Amino acid sequence: MDTHAARLANLLVGNDEGAAVLETTLAGPTLVFERATMFAIGGADFGARLDGEPIVPLRTRQAKAGATLELGAARTGCRAYVAMAGGIDVPIVLGSRSTYLPAAFGGYEGRALRAGDLIPLGTNDGAGTGDFTGLRAIGPAAAPRYGHTLRVVPGEHLARLTVAARGRFFGAEFTVSPRSDRMGYRLDGPALDALEMPDLLSAAVTMGTIQLPAGGTPILLMADRQTTGGYPRVGQVATVDLCAAAQLRPGDTVRFEEISLDEAQGLYLEREQGVNALRRALAYRP
Amino acid sequence: MRILPLGDRAILVEFGSAIDEQTRLLVRASFEQLSSVSFAGVLDVVPGFASIAVHYDPAQVSRAVGATPHVAISESVEEVLRAAVTTPGGEPRLVEIPVCYDPSLAPDLDEVAAHAHLTPAQVVELHSAPDYVVHMIGFLPGFPYLGGLDPRLTTPRRSSPRTRVPAGSVGIGGSQTGVYTIDSPGGWQLIGRTAVRLFDVERDPPTVLRIGDKVRFRPVTLAEHRAAGGA
Repeated sequence: MDTHAARLANLLVGNDEGAAVLETTLAGPTLVFERATMFAIGGADFGARLDGEPIVPLRTRQAKAGATLELGAARTGCRAYVAMAGGIDVPIVLGSRSTYLPAAFGGYEGRALRAGDLIPLGTNDGAGTGDFTGLRAIGPAAAPRYGHTLRVVPGEHLARLTVAARGRFFGAEFTVSPRSDRMGYRLDGPALDALEMPDLLSAAVTMGTIQLPAGGTPILLMADRQTTGGYPRVGQVATVDLCAAAQLRPGDTVRFEEISLDEAQGLYLEREQGVNALRRALAYRP
Repeated sequence: MRILPLGDRAILVEFGSAIDEQTRLLVRASFEQLSSVSFAGVLDVVPGFASIAVHYDPAQVSRAVGATPHVAISESVEEVLRAAVTTPGGEPRLVEIPVCYDPSLAPDLDEVAAHAHLTPAQVVELHSAPDYVVHMIGFLPGFPYLGGLDPRLTTPRRSSPRTRVPAGSVGIGGSQTGVYTIDSPGGWQLIGRTAVRLFDVERDPPTVLRIGDKVRFRPVTLAEHRAAGGA
């Protein structure tokens, strides 16, 4: 969900950005390291402790064999990512190690982890191992931006809303309904227009696409979304704000702010430049 | 043909707004053309009924000085599609799918019938008569979008999607019909169920249906459905 947090944590431990990580939601697990392991935690602050000692998010730590990492409850936000050097070595299914819960395949036996599970780790080539205590900060450009305002690029069907409804869409406070999950969030809030588009043909959607079914409750599509959909598309959350979206929990409020496509892409390019700078800094060995 | 942004990391190429044979062949030819070219930064190409999305990484697309990633990818895609040639496909496979239309498995059959001013039996007859063609796979793993639905059966999607539609459910959404391949949220009107597993990750390939296949629905009784392992 918070892909950016996972990427950063992976980079810190010398993994490829897309290496498999643990995603934990609202309350975290207690993990025991069977062997010495370098790890980093990204995303929300779960008050993590290594053998009782507090862990700072997005900082590399070296755990000895037998050490215990305990994640508590998320203080703010929703999801944290534990990246371990070498990544998580589960079988690749349909080209990925991730878990697809809706159809129960991939990842660790297609399911969420349970107490007693033994998680196999890979090894990386050692390029990332070493002493990172000198790395002070990720840097503002690459750092994830969290918060309750999501910037939205207008979608193809936004123009069909009345001026008044558009004002409600971009001004009002919505609440993330309990009927929300990794596929998408239902957003309770003021009634928007019922866009009558019964003949709209199914087409691809993205993570961050905001659909408006005729019932009037917008749906924000997230990581486990369907690949295509047939409801009107009123906007797409800017990529740089997807991490903020991923950290929303049921009950949280959220507002949408309009942003142009060019601005959204500009922010993304700035962020990627920041990530490139981070990669170079991590690769530097004096 | 027009190209629109689909957020800041994808574009949507639209070929019109009809489900017809001409559009289907154009989408298929364009999809094959785009898939055969290698573009820097393109992550995925996803065909729809009358559209194709190109998902890309704005930081990876090659662009001229001053061009935004969106403009750069749109121009590249447009150039490639100008060369796409629509050719008639080979003889398609015919796949027969047994469907049980019993009311216990068809919660929206009465509503579809009422909307069409037909009886439920007439709806079943009209739904199971044609040979459909698979226009696209999407929404869920292996989920087939079928063209050829009798226009009398066109029914709007439900105004609020269900949070859970059982795998194997046969539905109508607007002028489209299809089969849910896994348990999923969904907004289509449900008129029956099949025992066939259209998607199985253990199988190679995991999906039964492919773009261009012909599909026929064969009505079966509740007893036959259960005997075949249907839920």
